[in-house]
Amino acid sequence: MVIIQRRPGSPGGPFKRETMMKRLLTVSLLGAAIAAGSAQARDYDTVRIGVDIPYVPMEYRTPSGELAGFDIELGNALCEQAELKCNWVEQGWDGIIPGLMSRKFDAIMSSMTINDERRQQVLFSDPYLVPPSAWFAPASTDLAGVDSNDLKDRSIGVQRGTVQDNYVTDEFGDVANIQRYASADDVAVDMETGRLDIAFLDYPTGQAALLEGGEYKTLGEMMTEPKEYFGDGFGMAFRQRDEALAEKFNEALATLKSNGTYDEIHDKYFNEDGTNAPQPDQE
Amino acid sequence: MQELLQSLAPWLDDNAIFTASTLAQYWDGFVNTVQLVFISLLLGLFLAVPLAIGRASPIRVISRMIWLFTWVFRGTPLLIQLYIAYYGLAFIPGVQGSIVWPLIKDPLYPALLAFTLNTAAYTTEIFYGAIKAMPRGELEAARAYGMSPMLAYRRIILPSALRRALPAYGNEVIFMLHASAIASVVTIADLTGVAYNIYSRYYAPFSAFIFVALCYMVLSFAIQGIFRLLEKRMLAHLKPR
Repeated sequence: MVIIQRRPGSPGGPFKRETMMKRLLTVSLLGAAIAAGSAQARDYDTVRIGVDIPYVPMEYRTPSGELAGFDIELGNALCEQAELKCNWVEQGWDGIIPGLMSRKFDAIMSSMTINDERRQQVLFSDPYLVPPSAWFAPASTDLAGVDSNDLKDRSIGVQRGTVQDNYVTDEFGDVANIQRYASADDVAVDMETGRLDIAFLDYPTGQAALLEGGEYKTLGEMMTEPKEYFGDGFGMAFRQRDEALAEKFNEALATLKSNGTYDEIHDKYFNEDGTNAPQPDQE
Repeated sequence: MQELLQSLAPWLDDNAIFTASTLAQYWDGFVNTVQLVFISLLLGLFLAVPLAIGRASPIRVISRMIWLFTWVFRGTPLLIQLYIAYYGLAFIPGVQGSIVWPLIKDPLYPALLAFTLNTAAYTTEIFYGAIKAMPRGELEAARAYGMSPMLAYRRIILPSALRRALPAYGNEVIFMLHASAIASVVTIADLTGVAYNIYSRYYAPFSAFIFVALCYMVLSFAIQGIFRLLEKRMLAHLKPR
């Protein structure tokens, strides 16, 4: 590498400038070549995983500053199974997909729900966790249960276009009165007005919107089945070209699910019904 | 309608989006939209005629109060009026469990209330403009015949003013049809609401929304046709000979 130094006093004439341009061109061509080379998939031995902290109980820090949570433990187990070395990289949620694209990290494992808009941008692994859907009713409800007899002629609130909407429409569309809202907050408001007898939301959303004040309760069982409705859950995200890497994690996930490691981790963080289990190491 | 859809079913077999069941949903949405728009227009029209007369009244208090009503309803978005009618009314203390609650509970009535008052405000101003634009000679002739103001309104002013307001009112009807597309935000399954459901179900924005746009166009053309016929009959005397 020759460093062009303009001697003091000497005029930088047109000739000089030309060599400078040539060099610049060479350098930029070289840069482009490097970039092109790296655009191909490569074999990873170290994988950096982006995560947005905190999102209890999926990912958070213990009082001693260590990373913990379902995503973290499962991610580490997956890496071990796939014989990869993994580092966690903290990244705020807004920048998490751009961070993946700009190679700040090679994968995202941060409770990211698989959906079609994101599929346009990133490559998803198989879902590793499906957050349950749940029925929410006023604490004083006279509803005994949630089968089609109980819900006959009742008003069911759902968020329009969600998996819960699809399920309720198909199961109870003929017997009950289904009200579709733009957001979960609108559902919560109409629960308060008494227009709705019951709401069907994904559990974390409903927990945040309705369960805090104690005026509402869940009714019936948490639902993650049938898969045709509730199949899309949380997945790891990769760059589109890293198909081999995604495949490694899918294989590892399948192995962990069959050898019981997955259940072990799951039971540590979640109760049998899908609600959050209390964590001893959490503030 | 059900039989028609059943008979269409074999031809729709290959189509993922436009099945007999989604077409039935579109039909329900169509019925809801027509019902909502027709009832609110009808009620709005009945409200607007006396309001327009009051607006043209020489008694300032009446005229001002009606002006205030039209000013408020024409000066705020219909969507906001709908939100207030649907969510706002439900939170008035004591309204839940009162005799009007069954009406407020159903999304249809708050929507009808907002739509009716909104179209009444616009229609009032349309009719008021037509009353004010009465040719002076006709009024003087009525007075010269010894007609009381009531009689003059009944025989001369209203028939003439309402006819001349017809083209502008036809526009208001079509605007109202298009404005009704917001009804789905308060959970009414109107045409737009159904299109949105089908879009989010099948991730097919083009098919779902273009089809519903066609439905609205058919309705608009029908309304235009009806008003053209009406104008032909009622404004025949104003046509160039």
